[in-house]
Amino acid sequence: MASVKQFSPLQRVLHWFMALCILTMFFVGVGMVSSVTPRYLGLVEFHKSLGILILILVVIRLWARWRYGAPALPASLPEPLKLAAVSSHYLLYGLMIVMPLLGWAMLSAGAYPVVVFGGLRLPPILPQSEFLHTILWDAHHYLALAFFAVVLAHLSAALMHALIRRDGVFEAMAPYPTREGD
Amino acid sequence: MNPLQGQSGRRALGYGALIAVVVAIGAAAFIYTAGWVSPQRLTPDKLVASLAPPGGPALGRRRNHVKGICFTGVFEANGAGMPLSTAPMFVRGQYPVIGRFNVATADPNAPDGTVPVRGMGLQISAPGEEVWRSAMITAPFFPVATPQAFYELQLTAHSKAPDAMKTFAAAHPEFAAFGAWAKSASQTGSYAEDRFNSLNSFVLTHGTGQRSAVRWSLVPTATPVPVPPDELAKRAPDFLEQEIAQRIQGGPLHWTMMVTVAAPGDPTADPSKAWPQDRRSVNVGTLVVQKVQPDRDGPCRDINFDPTVLPAGITTSDDPFPAARSSAYRVSFDRRTAEEKDWPRTASEAK
Repeated sequence: MASVKQFSPLQRVLHWFMALCILTMFFVGVGMVSSVTPRYLGLVEFHKSLGILILILVVIRLWARWRYGAPALPASLPEPLKLAAVSSHYLLYGLMIVMPLLGWAMLSAGAYPVVVFGGLRLPPILPQSEFLHTILWDAHHYLALAFFAVVLAHLSAALMHALIRRDGVFEAMAPYPTREGD
Repeated sequence: MNPLQGQSGRRALGYGALIAVVVAIGAAAFIYTAGWVSPQRLTPDKLVASLAPPGGPALGRRRNHVKGICFTGVFEANGAGMPLSTAPMFVRGQYPVIGRFNVATADPNAPDGTVPVRGMGLQISAPGEEVWRSAMITAPFFPVATPQAFYELQLTAHSKAPDAMKTFAAAHPEFAAFGAWAKSASQTGSYAEDRFNSLNSFVLTHGTGQRSAVRWSLVPTATPVPVPPDELAKRAPDFLEQEIAQRIQGGPLHWTMMVTVAAPGDPTADPSKAWPQDRRSVNVGTLVVQKVQPDRDGPCRDINFDPTVLPAGITTSDDPFPAARSSAYRVSFDRRTAEEKDWPRTASEAK
């Protein structure tokens, strides 16, 4: 195995913590909208708060990416896989930014107060509108399903790199430092 | 090295299968959490669907309490609520209000005089994005004790089985009291003479330690004049809207907001049980209704009167209904706002 370049420790910490947050969001989101139990209210508040936290973290993450860059993909990786890797990362970053904003905008258009972290009231980012609420609600819903599918694809690709190709791509984002890493 | 040949090829296939299993487990857990394979789960969609009249829901409109009229006005707080709660709208002053008088039916063609329960949706706003929404009804207690029982009641009411209601009442003894009330209670001829009750319990908080379980009511200052049911049934299908629009020409209408504090042991989790009459009630202010506007073009049209939209200083209690209502109201709101074309505004929007 060629010497492995890793993402910076800050990027790796952010990646794994956000992975946990985002997976939690999928399950909380899809669970809460099918519930009428007293858990519903707590799940909704948790979903909103975690969404805002992810929005803050993704801003830091984009800054870290700009500041520290990313290790190059191995030369051995076939072109189609390289293309898939690059485009799926754009998709993931895009969804991480867009999903919390869609949620916030959707609630604003529905004239719902947005209360997070146990009492912080965020201002509306859109005026009240039936039309916008509907578009944003649909976008939040269908993009969430798409996001989950992209995350599953990302997970499969990570495992493929770790177990089958063993080309150092997984190690670049591994939650632990590698021996050869800098 | 060709990864699909020999020992390493078999290893790759094995790992490939492992990856497929991991992804399948992830997808299955998601599908289970979504309830797509749990037909017995009571979802908000089922709850909302159970309310629909035989011909289906009125598209573009609220899935229950479908008939109504918007109002605007102010809440004049007298400051007496301040020792109970830090809610900003309890501080002496005036707070803008948007609300909606309604009749408790999902059928837009039901004549007002045939519906035994009426309601009021209320939103009081205070500076700092603080909003208090409430949806109250004229019944003094709720028909059933749990959201599940409410769902079963809807199924029963729409059932064609001859003994459905009898079977339901036997399984839900609390329902008898509501039946008795619906038969005997006198109705008024005006929203302005009706008392609207939260029924659900909430908790008022003050500082760190102090919590008071409460219910609230809006008590009309107008004297209620009972009208016999057969007389009400003879009135125009929309007489309540017409009456309130006419009455308000003579000046603003008033309700006193009474907050009733539970004594230890009072059934806060069960809105089908009224609290004893002697509980402490605090007059916290006056609702002044200044103007009414048709529901279709009025400012209440796009408000979801979700009773869990609460300001700082008020929270939900162990009553299971507000959560269920919040979830179901959301579905109703999402549906009707997506169906704007089925119930378009009549006036060209003057923005």
